[in-house]
Amino acid sequence: MSDPADNPADNPADKPAEGLAAVARRARELIPEPGVISDHQRLRTYECDGLAHYRVTPGLVVIPEDVAQLAAVVQACAEHGVPFVARGSGTGLSGGALPHADGVLVVTSRMRAIREVRPEDQRAVVEPGVINLDVTRAATPHGYYYAPDPSSQQICSIGGNVAENSGGAHCLKYGFTTNHVLAAELVTPQGEVVRLGSAAPDAPGYDLLGAVIGSEGTLGIVTAVTVRLVRLPEEVRTLLVGFESTDQAGAATSAIIAAGIVPAAIEMMDALAIEAAEAAVQCGYPEGAGAVLVIELDGAAVEVGQEYDEVDRLCRENGAFGQRLATDPAERALIWKGRKSAFAAVGRISPDYIVQDGVIPRTALPEVLRAIADLSGTSGVRVANVFHAGDGNLHPLVLFDDSVEGAGEAAEKVSGAILDLCIEHGGSITGEHGVGVDKAKYMPRMYDDDDLDTMQLVRCAFDPDNISNPGKVFPTPRLCGEVPGRRQGVHPLQDAGLAEVF
Amino acid sequence: MPGPGSATLAGAARDAVASSCTEVREATDLDQVGGVVPALVARPASTEEVGEVMRAAAGHRLSVVPRGAGTKLSWGLPPRSADLVVDLSALDRVLEHAAGDLIVATQAGAPLRTVQQTLAGAGQRLALDETVAGATVGGTLAANTSGPHRLAGGTARDLLIGITVVRADGVVAKAGGRVVKNVAGYDLGKLMIGSLGTLAVVTEALFRLHPLPETQRWVTVRVDDPAEAYRLVQSVVHAQAVPSAVEVDWPAHGDGAVSVLLEGRADGVAGRVRTVSGLLGGTSSEDEGPPAGWASYPWAEGQTGLKLTFVLSGLGDVLTAARAAGAHLRGSAGSGVLYASVAEPDRAPAALESLRAACAGHDGSVVVVEAPPEVRLAVDVWGPVPALDLMRRVKDRFDPEHRLSPGRFVGGI
Repeated sequence: MSDPADNPADNPADKPAEGLAAVARRARELIPEPGVISDHQRLRTYECDGLAHYRVTPGLVVIPEDVAQLAAVVQACAEHGVPFVARGSGTGLSGGALPHADGVLVVTSRMRAIREVRPEDQRAVVEPGVINLDVTRAATPHGYYYAPDPSSQQICSIGGNVAENSGGAHCLKYGFTTNHVLAAELVTPQGEVVRLGSAAPDAPGYDLLGAVIGSEGTLGIVTAVTVRLVRLPEEVRTLLVGFESTDQAGAATSAIIAAGIVPAAIEMMDALAIEAAEAAVQCGYPEGAGAVLVIELDGAAVEVGQEYDEVDRLCRENGAFGQRLATDPAERALIWKGRKSAFAAVGRISPDYIVQDGVIPRTALPEVLRAIADLSGTSGVRVANVFHAGDGNLHPLVLFDDSVEGAGEAAEKVSGAILDLCIEHGGSITGEHGVGVDKAKYMPRMYDDDDLDTMQLVRCAFDPDNISNPGKVFPTPRLCGEVPGRRQGVHPLQDAGLAEVF
Repeated sequence: MPGPGSATLAGAARDAVASSCTEVREATDLDQVGGVVPALVARPASTEEVGEVMRAAAGHRLSVVPRGAGTKLSWGLPPRSADLVVDLSALDRVLEHAAGDLIVATQAGAPLRTVQQTLAGAGQRLALDETVAGATVGGTLAANTSGPHRLAGGTARDLLIGITVVRADGVVAKAGGRVVKNVAGYDLGKLMIGSLGTLAVVTEALFRLHPLPETQRWVTVRVDDPAEAYRLVQSVVHAQAVPSAVEVDWPAHGDGAVSVLLEGRADGVAGRVRTVSGLLGGTSSEDEGPPAGWASYPWAEGQTGLKLTFVLSGLGDVLTAARAAGAHLRGSAGSGVLYASVAEPDRAPAALESLRAACAGHDGSVVVVEAPPEVRLAVDVWGPVPALDLMRRVKDRFDPEHRLSPGRFVGGI
């Protein structure tokens, strides 16, 4: 066991090491042994999140058991100017939980209680380490579920979902994490514990919760979350439809939206993505399809039946073949299996790949897909396309072989050019994976200096010392400075102060 | 209550504002904000011109109150000072309706009604009710108003996808964008919603849209017992009938009513009307139009108007408390948001206190929306607000000199 402070030689910068050592001492006073990690080998377990090509060994890992421990560690960080990074399950795809070498990684995996399930209020209260799917599992016996369903829902945590404002396949109809979180307990970057929002709607005051959700851990750490539970639909029909081309599948999607139908999900996969999924999970997608759509309709039974008939007709009119309808959970799961395993499945057809995440206005889909095909053709870099077609969220999978010299760079270039296409068409550089460390450099292409400066006013309000997940989201940190007319002095750091805010 | 009016505004400040904007005039009593009469009214015609006006105001440390149609200027508390009203009524255009993408871009001064008319032409709508006649997009955002459709469509925070604002220092900034799914950067729009013009001046907004339903039907039943009203509302929200709205109207005396709105395809709605009629009982009636008072507040001019929130299981207690307090309630029982009116000013403070206790017992709150001046002065308009220190820190960063609608918001912000 080597505490960074015990081996100053390991750490050329003395000052950060001293601060970190002080935080480590405080953490050991507060948290039982397995919850404080400073051994280099064990620290390396935490060197990356789901985006494995960025790796930094954290200075210290703490795994608090409750909010009091977590807040005290953050207080110690604030006192010594030590940066901290929150991590849930570590499934993020933008390096949002990439550790800081001279900082503390605060892991919420031991805060996993589902505190309350209140169907009569349509609410549940959960701790940040709770797995997304477990909320739905707890609510389903009461006839309810938790709507946001990222593909990683079997392992990703609610705390991570809040940080990233996670979406999922069904956000076309049901929205994102921000639409389903009513209240949260937040540990501020000063280590204060504050309550944001309320279980009732429309809490008075600024919607600080709305700013915190999706802020990627840069405004503090959420330690309890009150979520909305949604009534299970009376009927769900999942439809798998094969098309000859993505153009046909795109035209069918447009026709469905134009008909005033809002499906729970419309997902598209192109030929290469279908090939990968078949190789991995044998999902039985239509043979010879150049594209498939997975369309899910849910709601009251009569309407779902009517909408199904119309969707079926619109798909046929746009060249569909090989339709398959699933009405029971087992058949539905099989259709979804191909889609939900698509990212990992690409590993079957390519040794390495980049998962891109960009958004375009849905109507620009045919044009952008053709441009991606051109990019792929001229560069020789293969691209498999998987996307949430209903809301224009693309997940191109850029394939390469890292053992071939220059292949990684070529893939990076194509991946970046795809984001440029998204911006050119008025879209976004990320629909659900977040900016993190990976896309901070692209932020100035989407927002000008004034936009970024204004966003960082929020950061300065919450975290003037820039210690909460620094280096993420924004390419250049704003120097916060003092606010004219604001009261001076440090925030109360004593335990008494903490007890008060409880 | 006379405010710091034109007499206190120096000539240099006056000149600076006049040269920043083509349309500037002296304010009159009609421009008052909660009883405070401003000195000047500027009516810029573009986001850039709003920027010019705000820079001029910043240069002379003028307090500024943004205004849309002026339908909710009396909400919140009166400003401590109002040198300049920035009137956004000239920014009244619907900029773009991309029907295929289900989005609309509008200027802040566009009347909600105009926006809805434009969208209806393509069979779409913005799922925000016009709860105050004549309201603009910007005012709707600033006051975070919502109506019956919030049950299915959510509120402004669920629909706004992009925003352009002008800061107190005149800097123009945007956040979000024109796609529904977008997690790049902080969601500044959320902070602006409900901020009553205390953080920045909203000049443009982008929203996600929904298709207009083919058919609408209301199923209404009269009910006089709070416990029975609660049971009915629970039975409807827990059924799988996908209501667009579940409303209650609960007068100070006599029978109340529970109304359920069902929207969608004709056959589907017919089936769901049967389901809901069965739940509400034999005396329920089906209508093709809304019941009286739908999507409007229960208060009249000169009365005290409150906004009550609570978790759904608190409905019975809140209805009981309202009857005892002599308040008339109306609103979204299926969402946990009701509005109350108290007719007699002298009963208002006690009514506020008892309703606040009832809502606080169910994780909710009560704020005073409208009130005669004597009531406003006698009560705590906003009630207890958690995380006030963080809110002040946000205000301090956006408006360090506290010149934007100073004092209208929570905690004196």
